[in-house]
Amino acid sequence: MGVGSEEPFDVIIVGAGPAGLTAGIYAARKGLRALILEAKYPGGRAAEAAQIENYPGFPEPVSGLELTNKMLKQAERHGAVVRTSEEVVKLDLRNPVKIIETREASYRSRALIIATGVQHRKLRVPGEERLLGRGVSYCAACDGPLFRGREVAVIGSGKMAFEDAAYLSTLASKVFIVPHEYPYGDTPTLEPRFNDLPNTELVTGAKLKDVKGDNVVRSILVTRQGGESSEIPVSGVFISIGVIPATELLGRAGVALDKSGFVLVDRRQRTNLPGVFAAGDCTANAMQIVVAAGEGATAAVSAISYLQSLRDRA
Amino acid sequence: METLALSDPELERIRRNKFKQLMEGRRYLSSASREEGLTQLETKNFHQIVDSSRVPVVVDFWAAWCMPCRIMHPIFERLSKKYADRAIFARLNVDENPEIASEYSVYSIPTFIIFVGGKPVEQVVGAVGEKALERAVAKHI
Repeated sequence: MGVGSEEPFDVIIVGAGPAGLTAGIYAARKGLRALILEAKYPGGRAAEAAQIENYPGFPEPVSGLELTNKMLKQAERHGAVVRTSEEVVKLDLRNPVKIIETREASYRSRALIIATGVQHRKLRVPGEERLLGRGVSYCAACDGPLFRGREVAVIGSGKMAFEDAAYLSTLASKVFIVPHEYPYGDTPTLEPRFNDLPNTELVTGAKLKDVKGDNVVRSILVTRQGGESSEIPVSGVFISIGVIPATELLGRAGVALDKSGFVLVDRRQRTNLPGVFAAGDCTANAMQIVVAAGEGATAAVSAISYLQSLRDRA
Repeated sequence: METLALSDPELERIRRNKFKQLMEGRRYLSSASREEGLTQLETKNFHQIVDSSRVPVVVDFWAAWCMPCRIMHPIFERLSKKYADRAIFARLNVDENPEIASEYSVYSIPTFIIFVGGKPVEQVVGAVGEKALERAVAKHI
């Protein structure tokens, strides 16, 4: 499908989180040939939320998985085609018919909606990637219970790091908190509440240099002010230093991004390129499901009028 | 030919052994409760089943509180049906069986470990989606 000489899609949506799925619902319902490409599984980060209490229309708490599954069904019911486990690896947006390449196929589309969301910000220290899933984690809620009675470290300074440390302090025998600076000067101020947590030790004036261990995490290496380094033995390292937009491919394809890599859009979710729209967390919004869904709808409406203007010109 | 074969003591011994192995395999599997075509593993039956299996065993390490695990459940079930005759697909709850999780250094879930001849040969960590898990499984069956 979508290869070579076949008729291009009306719209291709990259990402099947709440923004992408809502865009799919709106586009398909208007009769557009819409394809949603998802690198992993439908639902995105929202699917991982255990409980959602602020999505309108759901007075009782709903799990992220249930909510996003309903969005997926709704998009498919209106005729959107959803392909999961299909990661976009290359974009050519120079011409009116855009080329979207995945590892599996090459697709063509007249309009493109980017809804790639965000990913966890990496520390970029040695050992981080090698020991991922072997003590290094970006999700305290997911992996915390596997560290019951062990010593762990939380890396980060802000609200998210505080929540992770508070949760882990109920499970781990001890939690070390190592504040971490972000690039671009957007480091959150250190949560004062860190000092009130039981079972925890704030490692101030130190910088994380390495995560050590052969097969599993054994310790972290920090350097203190003045340059002396010390090793803290831990079994788990929870990295909680925020998120970054998943927009690397877009910058290379000529889509304008801000200095942190978020897609720049106007109120109608238009990017700098004609026929290319963006919605959801990759646009530096409030990172709320209802906002992502709203932006997805707006992007689809804008794509519909863009396609109409192409037809009027023809 | 049939009567000849049955009267051959050597062939009869082989046939009996095969039957015994088959029945033993069945007993192991029925001792682990099977749900939706998936074998449920516990600390007490883990090695019995994984070590003696003649086909690869794909184990899904999960827990009830883990949302990414639940994202992968329907994917794992689809693969278990697709490869039903070539591998055993099994689940292990890490909350109820921390000994096994610890034995294989499972520090993040979902983790999928593929065992061949009782030895772990491949490990996939995270809600990686259907194709990534299928690629890992397909390498060993």
